[in-house]
Amino acid sequence: MSETSTAPAAAKPATPKPPTTTILAGLSKALMDAFAEDDKLLALGEDLADPEGGGIVGVTNGLSTRFGGQRVRSTPIAEQAIIGAAIGASLVGYKPVAEIMLMNFTTVAMDMIVNHAAKLRFMSGGQTSVPIVIRTMTGLGYGSGGQHCDYLEAWFAHTPGIKVVAPSTPQDAYGLLRSAIEDPDPVLFIENLPTYRTPMPGELPDAGHRVPLGKAAVQREGTDVTVVSYSRLAGEARAAAELAAAEGVSVEVIDLRTISPWDRETVLASARKTGRVLIVHEAVKAFGAGAEIAAVVGEELFGQLKAPVRRLGGAYSAVPYSKPLESAYAPDRARIAAAILALAR
Amino acid sequence: MATPDAFEPDSATLLEIYRRVALLHANDERARKVIRSGQIAMVYYSYRGQEVIPAALSAALRDDDYLCTIYRGIHDMLAKGFPLDILWAELAGRATGSCKGKGGPMHLTYPEKGIMVTTGVVGSTMPIANGLGWAAQLDGTDRVVVATFGDGASNIGAFHESLNLAAVWKLPVIFLCQNNQFAEHTTYEAGTSAKQIADRAQGYNIPGVRVDGNDPAAMYRAAAQAVARARAGEGPTLIEAMTFRFMGHVFGDPDAYIPKDMKAAAMADDPVPKFRARLIQDGIATDDQLSAIEAGIEAQIDAAVAFALASPFPETDELRRDVFAEEIAA
Ligand SMILES: Cc1ncc(C[n+]2csc(CCOP(=O)(O)OP(=O)(O)O)c2C)c(N)n1
Repeated sequence: MSETSTAPAAAKPATPKPPTTTILAGLSKALMDAFAEDDKLLALGEDLADPEGGGIVGVTNGLSTRFGGQRVRSTPIAEQAIIGAAIGASLVGYKPVAEIMLMNFTTVAMDMIVNHAAKLRFMSGGQTSVPIVIRTMTGLGYGSGGQHCDYLEAWFAHTPGIKVVAPSTPQDAYGLLRSAIEDPDPVLFIENLPTYRTPMPGELPDAGHRVPLGKAAVQREGTDVTVVSYSRLAGEARAAAELAAAEGVSVEVIDLRTISPWDRETVLASARKTGRVLIVHEAVKAFGAGAEIAAVVGEELFGQLKAPVRRLGGAYSAVPYSKPLESAYAPDRARIAAAILALAR
Repeated sequence: MATPDAFEPDSATLLEIYRRVALLHANDERARKVIRSGQIAMVYYSYRGQEVIPAALSAALRDDDYLCTIYRGIHDMLAKGFPLDILWAELAGRATGSCKGKGGPMHLTYPEKGIMVTTGVVGSTMPIANGLGWAAQLDGTDRVVVATFGDGASNIGAFHESLNLAAVWKLPVIFLCQNNQFAEHTTYEAGTSAKQIADRAQGYNIPGVRVDGNDPAAMYRAAAQAVARARAGEGPTLIEAMTFRFMGHVFGDPDAYIPKDMKAAAMADDPVPKFRARLIQDGIATDDQLSAIEAGIEAQIDAAVAFALASPFPETDELRRDVFAEEIAA
């Protein structure tokens, strides 16, 4: 660019563009920084080492070249074997970061995740532990239909012994992944596929940045309605809050960041203030994480609320292929804004 | 690599194997007696008849080698050195148990002797054993890992995923199938397509060995050879150890599905008294020496059961502990 810039550019007053970065860059940097600091870190998954392309999205790009093929290993297509190997290595001092390419493929490793990773600490009376991270991506928007983009966090949040994390910004992606890796217990780390490369405000954090697990972020303060969300839809909720503000409704947006264990204090404090709560996720609404949050808000704040707690979530169907159906499946900023306005009325 | 002759057990090794066989045998007899007495109520998968397999295997292992075993695995663990007192306390659900009473008979764990995982899920020892093998590889040690499982478990996906990965990564893992010829109530033939499970190794390009698991010398040779191969960095081995379980699938199983003559023949060939007689016949030990070993074991088990029954049950606060590293707030 600089070689084509000529005199007119210099003549213009400088209006520096605010910096942007991406969740993909945040995750990659988190892995690079963490691997450089701790030689007990391992990574494994399908096509994740550089000879196989460094991961199909490229989150682990460069990792095996820098840290070696013994620590960063591509695996056969065998999800039970992937999670089992991560568990075994973690029992004796290693910290594996296992990648399950898509969240729907956790289904073929459920025994390893639910019966073993999540339970070995308890069942062994604390003699063993499983400090692994399972990174997985998901999310609709690419027309990939019913088996490639489900949000299945509620299943794992329903399992004692495993934490569930889902960032929505590059800075949180970095800080949460670093914290997940340092956590002494298994963490399921959910990455949203369609927003990996979306430019988002801010720069990449430096190597000291951490976001504690279990702490939500109040991303926008407001007084009329509390919107609780996570992952991609936290971004939609922020956009919806702007739409609602234009209609004179003041919205507080909470990004949970950690779905289990979730930050009850922050959500309840906000709910106490606004008296109106809307929970939004891409996962199927029925029996979703929103149901748990709504129930706790109801149990704790019955009588202090100005309106019943509302939820928006995915339809009770498989994720459909056809674009208009796919668009109708999950909440977007317009539907969230409409729900906010209805709640504030 | 050494020739198979180098894996012939000497007299001292055979006597050591017998010590373990006697311990395993006595402990199983006692467990069933204690359940019948009503002193401890537990779901119990007797390994009676399978004692020789882990006794011979463990004589070829070191304390720092890893073991992943199953619900029918107390024999594997005792042979590897699980202490009797905390074993019995765990069976009794007491706070003094190895897992503070939170695991029970199907989830016994004792990392000090490399007993890393006991699973109640068929086949699930194997994927985890690979990870322990990967760790041993990364550590640059010559530790090996044993994953034990039943014949039925060779039909579940985890078996196939694990053998393949272990072969591709050349992991120091020994896949030890204890083929007692029944998977719950299903015969080998009704559930398993392979003529023998050892044949399945071919598909993964690793050695597959079938051995009479009730023959101490043969079982030791097979185990020692697989261990040597794994220690040398040459990769995994599948061992199919043939055996029989005398007491059915689970305590209380009337085992009507086992042909009577098949069971009678197997029990007439009980490997424990057979091994004992052999040691005396070969002049490796006298009857008195073996009786003294057995009496010592009975006394140890007496003490362990007494310790277990005198121990307190865990406090209910334990429900909030060991879910995560950090205790969950009340
Ligand atoms: C995945 C799974 N399916 C079913 C069961 C129930 N079950 C427990 S033991 C068993 C039989 C297993 O047979 P085998 O692998 O031959 O081992 P054995 O019990 O004979 O030692 C079954 C079906 C289980 N525990 N796990």
